[in-house]
Amino acid sequence: MRQLTLSEAMREAMIQEMEADERVILMGEDVGRFNGAFGVSQGMLDKFGPKRVWDTPISEAGFMGIGIGAALTGLRPIIEFQYADFMFCAMDQIVNEAAKLRLMSGGQASVPLVIRAPQGATGRAAQHSQSVEAYFMHTPGLLVAMPATPYDAKGLMTSAMRMNDPVLILEHKLLYGAASPGGGKALSDNTISDIGSDVPQESYIIPFGQAIIRKEGADVTLIGTLVMMHRALAVAFELEKEGISCEVIDPRTIVPLDEETILNSVRKTNRVVLVSEDVERGGVCAELSALIMAKAFDYLDAPVVTVSAKNSPVPFGPASEKEVIPQYDDIKDAVHRVLRDD
Amino acid sequence: MSYKKPEIVAAPFDFKGINKTLLKTMYLRMVRAREFEEQLYYLFLSTPMPGTMHQATGQEAVAVGVASALNEDDYVTSNHRGHGHCIAKDVQLDVMMAEMFARRNGVCKGMGGSMHLCDFNRGMLGAFGIVGAGIPIATGAALSSVVRGTNQVAVSFFGDGAINEGVFHEALNMAALWKLPVVYVIENNQYALSMPNELVSAVTDLSTRGSSYGIPGQTIDGNNVTAVYKAAKKAVDSARAGKGPFLLECITYRMRGHARFEPASYRNKEEVAQWEKFDPIQRFKHALLEEGKLTEADFSAIDEQVEKEIEQAIAFAEAGEHVGAQDYLRYIYEDQTLVGGVA
Repeated sequence: MRQLTLSEAMREAMIQEMEADERVILMGEDVGRFNGAFGVSQGMLDKFGPKRVWDTPISEAGFMGIGIGAALTGLRPIIEFQYADFMFCAMDQIVNEAAKLRLMSGGQASVPLVIRAPQGATGRAAQHSQSVEAYFMHTPGLLVAMPATPYDAKGLMTSAMRMNDPVLILEHKLLYGAASPGGGKALSDNTISDIGSDVPQESYIIPFGQAIIRKEGADVTLIGTLVMMHRALAVAFELEKEGISCEVIDPRTIVPLDEETILNSVRKTNRVVLVSEDVERGGVCAELSALIMAKAFDYLDAPVVTVSAKNSPVPFGPASEKEVIPQYDDIKDAVHRVLRDD
Repeated sequence: MSYKKPEIVAAPFDFKGINKTLLKTMYLRMVRAREFEEQLYYLFLSTPMPGTMHQATGQEAVAVGVASALNEDDYVTSNHRGHGHCIAKDVQLDVMMAEMFARRNGVCKGMGGSMHLCDFNRGMLGAFGIVGAGIPIATGAALSSVVRGTNQVAVSFFGDGAINEGVFHEALNMAALWKLPVVYVIENNQYALSMPNELVSAVTDLSTRGSSYGIPGQTIDGNNVTAVYKAAKKAVDSARAGKGPFLLECITYRMRGHARFEPASYRNKEEVAQWEKFDPIQRFKHALLEEGKLTEADFSAIDEQVEKEIEQAIAFAEAGEHVGAQDYLRYIYEDQTLVGGVA
C-alpha cells in the first residue's frame, strides 16, 4: 500500500472532502499562499480558489467567530490555527460560543466545524510548544481527536468533517513527516516510528471514541497520544527484550474517550502507566487516573503511575525542554516503577 | 458627568416611502417588545420565574427599525439584552415566554433563558452574554452568504460597551477586506452597566470607529423608528449589493437599570426624565397621529392585540412542562452517547 506522511494524509482528507462537499471551506493564517505553516494545505488555494480557501489576517478570535457564523448558516469550515498556543487568543469563541451554542439554543444550533492545531515541544520555546488538550477536554460541547499516525489523521479528519459538532484535531509538529518543517527533526527522533503510514487512496472514516491497541501485552498497560504514544511504543518493544510485556493503547480521541478498551486492558494487566505531553497539574493523566480509580480500582495491583510534562511553560534551552517533556527513559523508568510496586 | 442628550440627535419622523402596513407592523413590534418586558418585570416579582433579565425599555426603535429593513431569511445576532431583537425578527411571544419560565416548550427548550433567546427559523443566530461575541459570528454568516451565493445580509446588534472588545476590530477588518454583506448596529444606550462611554472610550463618536477599516458609519436618532429604518435600509441594501459593511450608531437610552432590580444609581433623575420625554413609542405614536397615518382606533386595536398575545403567551408557558433534571443531556452533542463522564 501507499505510504503517506501525516501532513499528506491530512491534506488528502481535506481535499477529498472538499471535492465531495462544497460546504467545506478552509480558513486560517497562511493556509493559502504559503500552503500552511507546516505545508499541510499545500496547493489547496490553487485547487479550490479563494472562496474555499481563506487566508486570514492574524485575528484568531475574529476568524474563529467567522467560522462559527459560517457553520451556523450552512457551511462546514475547517479552521487552522498556526500553532495550538494561538488558540488561546480565540478562547472565548471556542469555549463560550462554539461549544455552548447547541445547548444554549436548546439544540437549534449545530456548529459543524473542525479546528486543526499543531502542538508539542519542538525547540520553539514557550509560546509555540504547548500541549493544550486538557483545556479542551475540559470543555463540554467540543470533541477532541489526536491522530498519531497518517492513517488515523485521514480517517479521524474525514470523520470530523462529517460530524455536526465542533471538533478539535490536535496534530503534533514532530509527526507531520519528512516533507514538513520539523520533519527532519522527527526523523532524527528514533522514538517516532512510521506505523500507520499505509493510507488507502479512497476516503474512509475512523469513528470517534475508538481507541486502538498498538501493541498487545500482559504485564503493564501504557496509554498515550501523539508523540507520547510513539515513545511508549518504543519503550514497549525495548522492554519486550527484558521479558516485560507492555500493552500500548492510543485513545485516538480523548473526547469521546473509549473507556471500554482502556478498562479492559487495565483489568487484564492490573498495572498502568499513563503518558501525556500536557502538564501534570489538572492534565489528561489526572483525568485518566480518575477514570481508572472509579471503574477499575479493584483490578489494580499498584498505584497508577503518570508521566506528564513538568508544571512549567516549555523552556527554550534544549536541556530544559528535554527535562520538562516526557522522554523515552522517563516512560521506561515508570514501567519499572509500576512493576516494582506491590 | 455628561451624557448624550436626546436633543442632540433628535430627528423628525419621515414617513415617505413607508406604507401603512409597515407602519402598523413597526408600532406593533415596538409595543410587543415593550409590553413583553414590562410583563416580565411583574412576572419576576409575582411568580417563581428563574434567573434574571436585561430590559431594553426605551430602545425598541433600534431593534424594530433595523429588522424592518431585513428580509425574513436575513441573519441577526443579538446580545444579553435581546428580547426586542427577537420580537423585531418575529419570534413568537409564546415560545419566548415559555423559555423565560424554563419550560420544555420554550424556544430554547429551557436551556438558554433570557440571555440566549434565539430562533434559527427566524434567522436569529443566537444571543450572546459575551457582549461582543456576536460581532464575528454575524460576520461569518455574511461570509457564508457570499460563499453560498444566497444574497443574505447579516446584522449584528451590540451595545456601546461591546465596541471595546477585540473581536469588534478583528471582525470589522475582515468584513471590510472581503466586502462582506454585514451591518453592524451599535445600540448606544449610553451605559455599559455603570460606565458611560466617555469613561471607557477614547473616541466617543462611535460611528467613526470603523474608519480605520474604511467602513462608512452614521450616527442617528435611535429613538426614532423611521430614522433607524431608513438608515438601516440604506446600509442593508448597500451591503446586499456587494458594497461591503456599514457601521450604524443608534443613540438611545436604557430606561431601566442594567439588569433586573439594578437601580442605576450611577445616573441622575434629571437625565432619565429628559430621555423619558423622548420615549420611542410615544414619539412614534404622536407623529403618526399628527400626520394622520394611523388613528387612535388603530393604536387601541394593536394595544389590545398585544395584551391578548401576552396573556396567551403566559398561558402557553404555564401549560408547558418544567425542564427536567436530565434534559440537558440531549443538547451537549448531537449524539447523546458522547457525553461521557467518570461517575
